Amino acid sequence: MSEPSMTLNNPGQTAMREQDLISSVQRGQHELFYELVQPYERRVYAAALAILRNEHDAEDAAQEAMLKAFANIRQFRAEARFSTWLIQITVNEALMRRRRERTVVMEGIDDRRDGEESEYAPRDFADWREIPSEALERKEVRQRLAEALATLDRKYREVFVLRDMEHLNIQETAEALGITVAAVKTRLLRARLMLRDLLAAGWEQGWFSRLPFEKGNKPW
Amino acid sequence: MSCEEVWREVSNYVDGDVDAALRASMDEHFRTCVRCSSVLAGTRNVVQLYGEERMLELPAGFSRRLEKRLAKNAAVKGRGWSSWSTWLVPVAALALIAGALKLTNTLTFKHPAKSILAEPGHNIPPDMLVVVSAGSKVFHVAGCPFIHDKATERTITAKQAMQDGYVPCSRCLRQYLKTGLTGQADEDDAKAEAEEGQEGVVSTAEH
Repeated sequence: MSEPSMTLNNPGQTAMREQDLISSVQRGQHELFYELVQPYERRVYAAALAILRNEHDAEDAAQEAMLKAFANIRQFRAEARFSTWLIQITVNEALMRRRRERTVVMEGIDDRRDGEESEYAPRDFADWREIPSEALERKEVRQRLAEALATLDRKYREVFVLRDMEHLNIQETAEALGITVAAVKTRLLRARLMLRDLLAAGWEQGWFSRLPFEKGNKPW
Repeated sequence: MSCEEVWREVSNYVDGDVDAALRASMDEHFRTCVRCSSVLAGTRNVVQLYGEERMLELPAGFSRRLEKRLAKNAAVKGRGWSSWSTWLVPVAALALIAGALKLTNTLTFKHPAKSILAEPGHNIPPDMLVVVSAGSKVFHVAGCPFIHDKATERTITAKQAMQDGYVPCSRCLRQYLKTGLTGQADEDDAKAEAEEGQEGVVSTAEH
């Protein structure tokens, strides 16, 4: 998967610039740290939000994660991807905060209610076509997608966000969440299929009615 | 291959995480099964749309708040990261207690301080980020409640601030003051604060 916003122009040059920034910050040019992490602030926030589900808590956790990354920047080694390292710190911070909250008990009960051992069967088989990414220019569409994501149970949402939105690979996702690779794959499959069904249902309600699709064609 | 078997593998298929034989079987199934083609297309749409950077929205002001917090932290951290300062501070303190004032005299500024009551800093890391504002002679750590005229505040290095004649805030940068090191001169502190307050009034009127 690609590194969003970091590979849009010249990936090699961007990677070199990032390595230069890391070295400079490690040598004491602390004022460059924000420049180093700025390309990843969206991903850091999204990772925290996926776990904490509360914007205020997510922002605080994201900031705290950045500060921890700053404090430990000397321990970062070039063989790792900086973005992955940063996301890992964020996930740890968010998980630690969630463990401190009682809501984890309630979510645990919810998760057991639909265990992942039972297979998920798609429910909607409407005609389909590819949705152009330009659809995301509409705030309403982004909002609908975010709402659908928010309805997923925690364990599916976390895996989906780290894998499909943060672009960690399967192994990295497993390590970040402390689960097995097989569990990541199972949860990811279920998350994707559930989102597909949720959004297909939305189509029936006219979410995408103003998109330039041909009459009679459904995107899902 | 049954539809149920296809659904079980569709996510891996989208990720390219199936072997050649399984892929061939699934391709064959998709060619003849409208329902599974729909599942595949919808799954691809999900992966593609959610994978867009635009789906990651930040709350208004997030970047500004983060940058500010990092700058504040960097200023504080700068004191601890400068290897020379970690041991030089206690050494300087001992030197002061022993009356070895010549040591500190070597660290004074080329430019005169803006206040006669102001005290120069000692062992401040030159690259530490500090905040200055119009009309005040004092530089601060970001977020210090004693910053005057916050609307005009700007961030510069401690070295630049000292070259420009600014002196450390007696509150947020107390540990770099001789008085902070010796734990004395609360009286001077109060005087400096009073003078700073007066200058703040004057500067406001001037601007």
